[in-house]
Amino acid sequence: MVAYILRSTAQAILVLLAVGLIAFSMFRFVGDPIANMVGQEASQADRRELAERLGLNDPVLVQFGRFVRDVAQGEFGVSYRHGRKVSDLLMERLPATVELAVLSALLAVVAGTILGVYTAIRRDGWLSHLIMTTSLVGVSLPTFLIGIGLIYLFAVELRWLPSFGRGQTVKIGWWTTGLLTESGRKSLIMPVVTLAFYQLTLIMRLVRAQMLETLRTDYIKFARARGLPERRIHFKHALRNTLIPVVTIAGLQLGSVIAFAIVTESVFQWPGLGALFVQAVQFVDIPVMATYLLFVAVVFVVVNFIVDLLYFVLDPRLRTGRALATG
Amino acid sequence: MQKTYSQPTSRREALGSTLRRAWDSDLAWSFRHSPMAILASFTTLVFFLLALFAPWIAPQNAFDPGAIRLEDGFLEPMERSSSTGMLYVLGTDSQGRDILSAILYGSRISLLVGFASVGFSMVLGVTLGLIAGFVGGRTDALIMRIADIQLSFPAILIALLVFGIGRGLIPPSQHEQMAIIVLIIAIGLSHWAQYARTVRGSTMVEKGKEYVQAARVMGRSSLAIMREHVLPNVIGPVLVIATINLALAIIEEATLSFLGVGVPPTQPSLGTLIRVGQQFLFSGEWWILLFPSLALIILALAVNLFGDWLRDALNPRLK
Repeated sequence: MVAYILRSTAQAILVLLAVGLIAFSMFRFVGDPIANMVGQEASQADRRELAERLGLNDPVLVQFGRFVRDVAQGEFGVSYRHGRKVSDLLMERLPATVELAVLSALLAVVAGTILGVYTAIRRDGWLSHLIMTTSLVGVSLPTFLIGIGLIYLFAVELRWLPSFGRGQTVKIGWWTTGLLTESGRKSLIMPVVTLAFYQLTLIMRLVRAQMLETLRTDYIKFARARGLPERRIHFKHALRNTLIPVVTIAGLQLGSVIAFAIVTESVFQWPGLGALFVQAVQFVDIPVMATYLLFVAVVFVVVNFIVDLLYFVLDPRLRTGRALATG
Repeated sequence: MQKTYSQPTSRREALGSTLRRAWDSDLAWSFRHSPMAILASFTTLVFFLLALFAPWIAPQNAFDPGAIRLEDGFLEPMERSSSTGMLYVLGTDSQGRDILSAILYGSRISLLVGFASVGFSMVLGVTLGLIAGFVGGRTDALIMRIADIQLSFPAILIALLVFGIGRGLIPPSQHEQMAIIVLIIAIGLSHWAQYARTVRGSTMVEKGKEYVQAARVMGRSSLAIMREHVLPNVIGPVLVIATINLALAIIEEATLSFLGVGVPPTQPSLGTLIRVGQQFLFSGEWWILLFPSLALIILALAVNLFGDWLRDALNPRLK
């Protein structure tokens, strides 16, 4: 298991370095860093002096090394557009995105698993058919249309929920949360549902397929023959064996929740990282774009790592298998 | 085994027998017996034709500011222009642009970007996949590692990033003209990895077969073997992925344009129209938003269902 963890760590570092190289190239080669900092009137001498001071005349490898060191210390440069440190901008907007993504992920996994088990057990019920059809149509809809549809129904027609923003937020240290006020909680509902929808249908279909497969196996028949109650068979015996692939896919998908938040945040004018990134793309704000890329890469790598570790928790066979193999 | 057919005497006969064989094939049989596939392909075809002939069908040139009458703004569906008496079947937007014409012209942009980006990612992915599978070794490892990293990120993120970089590299004065090309490249670059993976797998299988060895013995170059012998044998699954990706590309273009980073507002695609229509969601002009949204949903759903059918009918082992 130790060897396994070491190998995943090495891979993770490799991926991060690769993404770091892309981010660095963006800084260095897209647009002119000097022109972005001094403006039109600067003289040639000023420019040369600035280039020397910023170390732009050093070998590229040295520059990359310095870039990695700065990033490791949380130094991402200054936003061209906002004129503020990128790290400050990010920290300010991080809570909004994290709250949205974590709640969506939870909703997708919990509701997806429940619906998946339900549609597998009651395979021919009318409700199962309804759920499956809805999910099929839902998957082909673009996320932003689902969001607009929800806004129309719940904000314009019914006037139950606010259509944009986070509502009132409470500050706890540097973290802001919308969970403690009523308007904050109400504001969360539609963005969370919109963001969760795609992952939810995906997890549901996966759980359903796995459950159907498992329910056909001999040990389930045997459990029935022993006269165990259905509930116990479904949840204790069958569900547990469907969870391994579910955790894999769910884990990989949860990483992308952060990225899909780009669209959801724009629809609901959610003041998070995704909206910041879209603005950065519009205005070619390279430092913000590069930093966001690094942020997403770190999230993906961490999520993958946790998923790898979860296998050992969920599947006792893996633990003994590895233990035997390594010693 | 391939049957040998006797030499056809005329061109027409050859065409006739090709058509008959196509009609009798499993694929055509499956198509004739799937109402869903017929409906989906029919809808796609109608969309395609409408978009292609938009300049002749549309009541108004939606891209020409001169053709648009400001005093006809916010007309409801089926209302007539007060000055020219022109009928606006689906109403007009804030500037008096006919929604129906805007949708026809918008689908044109959406389909153009969709087809072009799928073509681009297909050519790129198949080429890299062929090289990776055929050459092997370090080249293979490098290409597939890049594909792995890219596949773990959502396509929309990659496309946004490429679009942003593209804008950074192009002087601001040319942003408008280059926007569609940058968009095509951005969406294309976000989808190549899937083709590369599939093609690499089947290329590695084909590489060991006797016909490739025979071609080698005959002294053909690697490039010729890849292009003329291996490529036709690995292209089948690629076309299925391409069909499914077309729906994805159309949605991706709509999403980017909706986010305001896609095509310029002077040449609106369906996504841009939805972005514009969203502003009137609260003021009650529902038709500006509803009709472009419906058009996008129907188009994406039709292409998607057709792709699903094609995948099931050909049933290559995908994914």
